[in-house]
Parts: sequence; structure tokens; C-alpha cells
Amino acid sequence: MSAPNKSYDPVEVEALKPEEIERMRDEALAAFAAAASLDALQEAKTAHAGGTSPLSLANREIGALPPHAKADAGKRVGQARGAVNKALAVRQAELEAERDQRVLVEEAVDVTLPHDRVPPGARHPLTTLSERIEDIFVAMGYEVAEGPQVEAEWFNFDALNIGPDHPARGEADTFFVQGPDGGADSGVVLRTHTSPVQIRSLLERALPVYVICPGRVYRTDELDATHTPVFHQVELLAVDEGLTMSDLKGTLDHMVQSLFGAGMKTRLRPNFFPFTEPSAEMDMLCYVCKGASVGNPDRPCRTCSSEGWIELGGCGMVNPRVLTACGVDPEQYSGFAFGFGIERMLMFRHNVEDMRDMVEGDVRFTRPFGMEI
Amino acid sequence: MRVPLSWLREYVDLPATQTGRDVQARLISAGLEVETVEHLGADLKGPLVVGQVLTIEELEGFKKPIRFCTVDVGGANGTGEPQEIVCGARNFSAGDKVVVVLPGATLPGGFAIAARKTYGRTSHGMICSSDELGMGDDGTKGIIVLPPETEVGRDAVELLELVDEVLDIAVTANRGDCLSLRGVARETAIAYGLPLRDPALLDVPGPNAYGYPVRVSDPAGCDRFTARTVTGLSPEARSPIWLRRRLQKVGMRPVSLAVDVTNYVMMELGQPLHAYDRGLVRGTIGVRRAEEGEKLVTLDGVERALHREDLVITDERGPIGLAGVMGGADTEIADHEDVANASTEVVIEAAHFDQVSIARTARRHRLSSEASRRFERGVDPAAAAAAAQRTVDLLVLLAGGTADAGVTEVVAPSAPHTVSTPADHPDKVAGVVYGRETVVRRLQEIGCDVYGQDELLVTVPSWRPDLAEPNDLAEEVIRLEGYENLPSTLPKPPSGRGLTHRQRLHRRVGRALAGAGYVEAPTYPFVGEQVLDQLGLAADDPARRTVRLVNPLNDEEPSLRTSLLPGLLGALRRNDGRGSHDLALFETGLVFLPREERGAAGHLPVDRRPTDEEIAALDAVLPEQPRHAAVVLAGAREQAGWWGEGRPAGWADAVEAARVVAREAGAELTVRGGQYGPWHPGRCAELVVTADGAERVVGHAGELHPRVLKALGLPARSCAMELDLDALEAAGDGTPQAPGISTFPVATQDVALVVDKPVPATEVEAALREGAGELLEAIRLFDVYVNDEHLGDGKKSLAYALRFRAADRTLTVDEASAARDAAVALAGERTGAVLRG
Repeated sequence: MSAPNKSYDPVEVEALKPEEIERMRDEALAAFAAAASLDALQEAKTAHAGGTSPLSLANREIGALPPHAKADAGKRVGQARGAVNKALAVRQAELEAERDQRVLVEEAVDVTLPHDRVPPGARHPLTTLSERIEDIFVAMGYEVAEGPQVEAEWFNFDALNIGPDHPARGEADTFFVQGPDGGADSGVVLRTHTSPVQIRSLLERALPVYVICPGRVYRTDELDATHTPVFHQVELLAVDEGLTMSDLKGTLDHMVQSLFGAGMKTRLRPNFFPFTEPSAEMDMLCYVCKGASVGNPDRPCRTCSSEGWIELGGCGMVNPRVLTACGVDPEQYSGFAFGFGIERMLMFRHNVEDMRDMVEGDVRFTRPFGMEI
Repeated sequence: MRVPLSWLREYVDLPATQTGRDVQARLISAGLEVETVEHLGADLKGPLVVGQVLTIEELEGFKKPIRFCTVDVGGANGTGEPQEIVCGARNFSAGDKVVVVLPGATLPGGFAIAARKTYGRTSHGMICSSDELGMGDDGTKGIIVLPPETEVGRDAVELLELVDEVLDIAVTANRGDCLSLRGVARETAIAYGLPLRDPALLDVPGPNAYGYPVRVSDPAGCDRFTARTVTGLSPEARSPIWLRRRLQKVGMRPVSLAVDVTNYVMMELGQPLHAYDRGLVRGTIGVRRAEEGEKLVTLDGVERALHREDLVITDERGPIGLAGVMGGADTEIADHEDVANASTEVVIEAAHFDQVSIARTARRHRLSSEASRRFERGVDPAAAAAAAQRTVDLLVLLAGGTADAGVTEVVAPSAPHTVSTPADHPDKVAGVVYGRETVVRRLQEIGCDVYGQDELLVTVPSWRPDLAEPNDLAEEVIRLEGYENLPSTLPKPPSGRGLTHRQRLHRRVGRALAGAGYVEAPTYPFVGEQVLDQLGLAADDPARRTVRLVNPLNDEEPSLRTSLLPGLLGALRRNDGRGSHDLALFETGLVFLPREERGAAGHLPVDRRPTDEEIAALDAVLPEQPRHAAVVLAGAREQAGWWGEGRPAGWADAVEAARVVAREAGAELTVRGGQYGPWHPGRCAELVVTADGAERVVGHAGELHPRVLKALGLPARSCAMELDLDALEAAGDGTPQAPGISTFPVATQDVALVVDKPVPATEVEAALREGAGELLEAIRLFDVYVNDEHLGDGKKSLAYALRFRAADRTLTVDEASAARDAAVALAGERTGAVLRG
């Protein structure tokens, strides 16, 4: 332990005078208050609160004081330093808040800028509409059946009760496929409807059969605003014990309600198809005017030409001859079937005015339809 | 079939208030597709009167001859003075009766008539042609000249029956009976619950031995032949206005009285008839099959080589008509213009021919006539005699002829057709209880005779050969009871299994590609040799073996696609031409690949299920039809914008599209350098999968060959990918297995390896992967550097980030480094890679 310093002279320790300490404190506070930026505050901090600042130096002098004066001076210096540090922290916080606010403002962007770096893709509405219809029936327990597009005439015609001399066979506008020798009589065609898939389903599947058959079909029509040689159908086939024409009607009603909303219904009109007997043409209530435009010239309907009904396609009870050709006993089983064109439905459901728009692959047509329909 | 309402009313007493639209609605709900109702003379307004030409002054000095006429119109013009009319037609003389439209009238098409100055005179009205009155072609190409006995001043609107409604009915293939007024009238009568005045109910004299000799050698092809003779026909006799008008309204052109009458009776009764000029027929009329080498010039002037199955009408010389299809030119009735040669004696044929035989002959000779259309669809055999009688009656009445007493009728014996059906069968088909009484009543309404209680024995009427089975009868009952009255019920299918794997994959691929910015473009599958050449396919490329069509729409594109690219690149070009230049398109669809062994499809029976062998034989003839997926790209894949530069579509985008598809299929895709057809030889990837232990090339991707792009007119640097989706599906490894997820820290090590430029990055990566062992969690190539000065000629540097992690501990730096060194060592061994110093 060193001996106490006796050779002190309080008057000589100028820095520890109360006025002097107050002055140092006030200068520090003034410097902090005057610091306009974090950098300036850092300089002021070094000058007034750093290790070589006057208050720090004054603090070191305390040891030179006589014991009775030490406590007093220590208290004074400690209080001054506390006030200085507190002011520094407050100013530091103030300046940081100011900076944060300014920077975030400076960093603001125009959030309305587009970002079409990779333009969106899309699926074709013929694909998605077909899937939409498939899904309605898959939900009911039907399965989706597919088959070849280049098809044997037996599947496309004969088994469907369209024999070689049936007038309907001549009216089918069929593309015929050349035989191996280039001959015309190969017995192979581009399928004119998806009905051959019904035949394949009956031959391949165990009874009862409930299938939906979507797909591409072909007829020798030139492309124009309302015709295309390549188009798409969806057909349905149900073969079970005790199926009736009322079941057909109910199934059609369910479909149009699923696609076009509650309150929709279908209408059957007698018609003739070789593969169904009885046969019918099916119409659906116009989903736009719901029939209100009929006989009402003030409210014409473009969608149904004010007919109130929109023609959908053909349907009927499976002709017993078709069942026989597929090895199904018509005494025990009955069935119903219907089919319609996807292009037509796309036209009236989505206001497509020209068939060509659907087949040309123009991205401007397809993009708005997105992923689902 | 066009049906004038005025004519229809002759057989059914429809209430006067019923319009064409009303009748249309009733017939539609009964099952006749009435497509339109045409209002003839809807906007026609008189005065339109009969006039007599008094004087004709030929006006000179105009480009075409013009006549200034005075016409007596009686009191129709209010003054009784002759009407002054300028006329450009020349087919009339002073004294002729004509149709005059007076000022104030409106002709069809809203053509208002007023007195007007023309050719220097004032014309007070017009002398009318049939065209101007909306009557259709009458063959005169001039104004209408009326019979001399027509009364002057009479209203011509009524005389010419200009105001009428015509129903146009699309008759289905089973309803030949409705190709006649008689058939449509029957349906109308049933629909309205009114009696029918059947025009076929005529008194017909029985056959005798004095009729024109006829020999039918083929009773199966011709089960009925009636011949009648009318003599003493006046050569001057013309079809009366009412008959001509009815023919015009049903869409036929009046020709000559005898022909007009046979056409009229065909329209009325549905029985096709033929009138032979008796003076031109030599000896017995025969019916037989044609003989090899026989020829016939038909009425349309075409010489036709006959087939042995063609049914022909003959006389001593040989064929004089194609039975049921078209008559021959040699025995044709002379045109009425040709008075000197006009037929004064005719033989009328009313026969019934086999449906199938007529259909085949019509198809064989590509000759569809009003007659063949009816025979193909079914004609009432029992109406033949009545039709012949009706024709005779009309010729006697209108041409001053005499009916010959001879009546020839050759009839093959046949029993009436009967169908046996349970009385409740219609109920079971419809799902509605109609009851026996209703069923019997409805069947009787359509002309059936019905016997029996629970099991009905139904004799179907001769005019409905289409009613052959219980379901046919059920349809008759249900349609007459009203399809609109069927209830709506739902069947209960067994639970389904949802979409198949192939179907789900197809959808997923579409979604994934669309999600990656591709727009779907389904294209036509028709291709020609030219596009295969343009694609640069080698002469022996299998894709050149195509399925060909007999009757393509376009002779330049007679084949079906073996690749999706021709169609998809066409869509790319079309879009580019329309101003969309940054393009990414995709298509999924079938391609058609002929089998090595190609036979013709056999004809299988339809009265039983074909055997599995028979079905397999049929399928073996069909081409393979796998589903492909393809993309094409042009322009920018990423667009330039405020964010910076864009990026052109490149070969790597096409390869990446293949990876997208493979990922959806769960198939491990190997990409390696390849060369094929349309692709740039240095920028073509071969896409390979392994299925059932065998490697298989499933497609290609990359930049297209500049020569192909030039030939197809496509933008530079366009890219494409195509692969066999079905093959990819087969290589899919099914259910994905979850990896173990370690939560210990990762140790990352980067290596840069220098290799020869031709070394594929995939090989280096595979070696690194194998050499690093199981501690390697992931590897990623993050840079490729080429600099001959720094690396040496022909070298490239590949920089990989390796991530190591253990399942059970924190790896030490030494462990990670050891694994890295092992990886680099194996890469060095396999590919000559050295660490970049």
C-alpha cells in the first residue's frame, strides 16, 4: 500500500473545480445536440465522451486529491459523465431513427411496374373444357376411356350398326386410310366420332360399364368459320341392368347443371342414329337468357338466336344390335349414350366467333384461358 | 324435303289459324327435323295482275333491244286504259297473257314499283319474270307467258300461289316415308290428332294380260314392277300453273308435262316413277343385273360402265335405265320445246327395288338422284300401283291422253312384316309406365295392326320398313307420348377408379409446360412429303414411313404425322407472322407409325362378339399411335425490361422442357449429345431413358438446324423438343420415396476442374457423385469457364459446389475434404479432369 500523497494542492487541480466540470458537461451536451448526423455525433462522442475527453482526463485526476476531497469530486465527475452518456444515447437513437426513416423513403419503389419477364403459358381451352366435362362424370363414378384415332371400320361403323350399305355410312364424310398397296379398301379410317371407343370399352371392360370418351375425331370438311376437319367430341356410355331413357335425361340435366349452373335443363327431340334406338337430339336451355328471349323482340339473345334452346348433340338408348355385336345380352342389359362437340360448346360458352381461332394455335387466343376453364 | 303448307293442307284439315311455325313446332316434337320455315311472298304487295300484250314497239339505239308495250290489264289500273310498259325481255308476242305489276306494288325483296322514266319513255309498271316474283327458276330465262285462256285483270298473286309457307325438313336415314307429302301429312295428322286423307287410297284396276310386257329376272332386287301405258298425249300440252308451282316450291324445275307429272307423284306419294317414250322402247322391259362390259348413257349424258351387281332396266337392245337411280338417254321423254318429237305414248314404271342394291349402285356411280335417295331409305312397296294410277290419271286429265286398259304387275310374294314385343317394353325403355292401352293406341296411330295381351304381335305398315325391332316400336310410343314428358332420374354407377396413370400424366405435363410459360397449340395431323424434306429427314428415316389417306383434303398433305413438329412449327411461323415474336408453344398428341407388316382389316360379324383373336387381328392392322409431347421456341425466353436485359430462347430451354416433362413422368432422363434430322448437329441433345433394363432414345431437344429454319421460314435460332410421352411413362419409377432428412450441419466445398472441351459435364458430375460417396448431399455446377490463355487450348473449367452432410454426426473438415478429394480423383480417372490450380 502506497503512502498517501501529502503533497497535494487542491487549488492546483484546476480540472476538478465544480465550475470546470459543469462547463465540460455542458460543452458535451451542446456538442451532442449540435451533431446533425451520426458521423458528427461519433466525432462529438470521441471529443466529449472518449478516453481522451476532458471529463475522462478529469476523472483520472481524482486520485490526486486528498481523501476528503475525493468523494466530492468523484461524485461530481460521475454525475457529469452519466449525464453526458445519457445524452449521447438519446441523440444516437434520435439520429438513427431519422436515418432509418430517410433511407426507407429513399428505397421506395414503384410497385406498379410490370414484371412480365417470362410471359405466362396456357393450356388450350379445348383441352381444359374437355377435362372439365370428364371430371363431372369421374365424380359420378364414370371412368375416362380412350382409343385409337386411326381406327378399323368395324369399330367405327359396323359394330355401331352402320353396315356397309347404311346411308349414314355414306354421309359420314370419312377420311379413308390407304392399304399397304396404296389401295382404298384397307378397312381403316380416321375415326369419325368417338363412338368406337364405346365399342372397345364394352369389349374390354366388365359390366356394368360407365365410361366417358373424349377425343379427336375427323371428317372431310374444309376449314371455315363453322367447320373444321379435325375436331373434338365427348361421348358417354352407360350399360347396366335396367337403365332407361329417363336416366339418360337425368344424366344430361346433371351435366348442364354442373357446367352452367343450377336451374339448367335439357330437352330431347326425336331423331335417328343407327347406334341408338330410341334416338334423340339434345338441346340445353340457353344459359344466357334462360328462354326469356323467345317471342320477346325487345330482349334478343345472341347466344341462342332467341330460340331459347341451344343444340348440343345426339343421344339415345344403345341399340340392342350394338350390344349384341359386343357380346352383351340385350335381354339383360340396356344402356344409354350421348355425344357432342367440344368446339361447339366452347363457341357458345365462351363467345368464340370463328372456328379457325380454335385451330390456328394463335397465342393471343389461348392465353386468356389459363390453366383451367 | 320441302313441304308447302298449302299442299299439306290438302291431306290434313289443319285449323286455318295454324302457321308454318306452329306446324314446325308440332313436327319437331314428333321427331321430324323441320330446319326452316320459308315465307314465300312475305313482303309481296299488289297490284299484280294478268295482262294481255296489245302492241309492241321496238325501241332502237340502245345497247340492248328494248320494247315499249301497251298491255290490257282490264280494270286493274282503275282506268281500263292500256298500261304503257317498257320491257327488256323478248320471249313474248302481242296477244300473249303476261303478269303485270302496277305502280304502288312491292315485289319480293322490298322492290317498290312506281312509274318511272326509262329509255326515253315512261314505264307504268313491269312485265314480270318468275325470278322477280320469287318463284324460282322455271327454265324460260324470260318473262312468264301464261296460258291463253287466263283471264285478263285477274289477281296474279292468287293465280300463281305466290304467298305460301314452305317447311324444310331434314329427313333422317330411317324415314324414307317422309320424303313425300303423304308421309309428312301422316305425321302431321298424328301430331294434331286429325284424320289423314291418304292420297294413295285410289281405285286401281287389277293386273291383266294386256299390259306392257315386263320380265323381272331378279325378284330379290325388284319385288314389284307395275307398268301402265297412256296413249294420245297432246304434244302441245303443258303442265298447268298449279302443278308447276308445287314443283317449284318443293325445289324441282318444271321440264315437260310427262316428266313433271312423274315428279309430282313422286313428291306426293314418295314412289319414284319413270316414264319411257313408248316409241323408243324395243320389246319386253326387263329387270336384271348388268352384265360384264355393258354400258349405259344415263339422262345426265354420262356414259357409265356397268357393274355386275348394278340392277338395270332393259329392252331388247340391252340396258335402258339404271334401276331406281336414273333412266337412260335413249328412251328419254322429249323436252316440251321439241314439239315435233314430243312423246305421245308413254309407259309408266312404278317399281320397288332393294334398298341395299340401289345404295351400292348410287355409291358406285357417284350418282345420287331423287329416286335413289328414296329407295335407299325405304319406299312403300304397296303404293306402287296407286302411284302408277295417279300418274295415269294426271296424264289423262292434263294431256288429253287415254289410259291403256292393260295393267302389268309383277309381284314377288312376301308376307307383311311383324314384330313381337312385350307390351311393357316401351315402359322399360323409357322408365315411364304408359300401360298396354296407350302402347297399342300409339302403334295403331302410326298404322300398325296389333294383337295380343302381354306379348304383342305387331304388323308394321308397308311404308315403315324401319320398324323391325321392339326398340323401334318403343321409340314410336315414346316420341308420340312426348320426349319432353320423360322424367329426369340418375342411375347409380359403381364407384370408379378415377383417371388412369396415363391420363393423369397427360394432364400434369400440360400443366407443367404451361406453368413454365408454354402455350398449348393443338395442330392438325396432316403432313406431306415437302415438310419432311424441309425438316431434313434422311431418306431412310423411319419418320418418312407414313400412314396415307385415300381422300386427303389437300393433295399436298396426304399423310398423317409421325412427329408433332411440322404442325407445331407451322403454328410458330403463323404466330411470328402475326407479330408475336417471343414464342414458346407446346403440343401433346398422337403420332401415327405404320407397322412393318400391314394388312387390310377384315370384316368381322356383328351378330356376336368377335373373338379375342379376331379383335387382335383387327388391331394389328392399325398403326401404332403413341402420344408425343413437343415444344418449340423462338425469340426471347425472358424479355428485356426495367429489370435489365432479356434472354433469347436457346437450346438449353428446349432441353429443360424435356426435363420438366420427365420430372412429371417420374422418369430419370439422361441427356447426351446427339445428331438427328431437324436439329443443329452441334446443339442437339438425345433424350434417353431406361425402361425394363434397356436404354431407349425417347426424343431430341435443342436448337434447330439453320437450313431447316430457312426452309420453313422460321426465326433464326428457333429451338424444339419432342419426345415419346408413352415411352417416358413406361420408364417412370412410380411412387417417389421420401429421403432421410439430416439436421446436422452442412459442409460445403467448391471445386473447379479443368477438362477437355468435348467432355460432357454430365460425365464429370457423375464421376464426382460416385467418387464423393454417400456423404454427398447435393452437387451443383455453378460455372463454366473457357479461356485458352489461362486454361490451355481446348480446355474448359467446370466449377462445382459440393454439399456434404452425414446422417448421424457433424462432419469434420477432414472428412469433407477427404470425400471431396475422392470425388476429384475419380473424376480425374474417368474424364482426365484436374483441379484448377
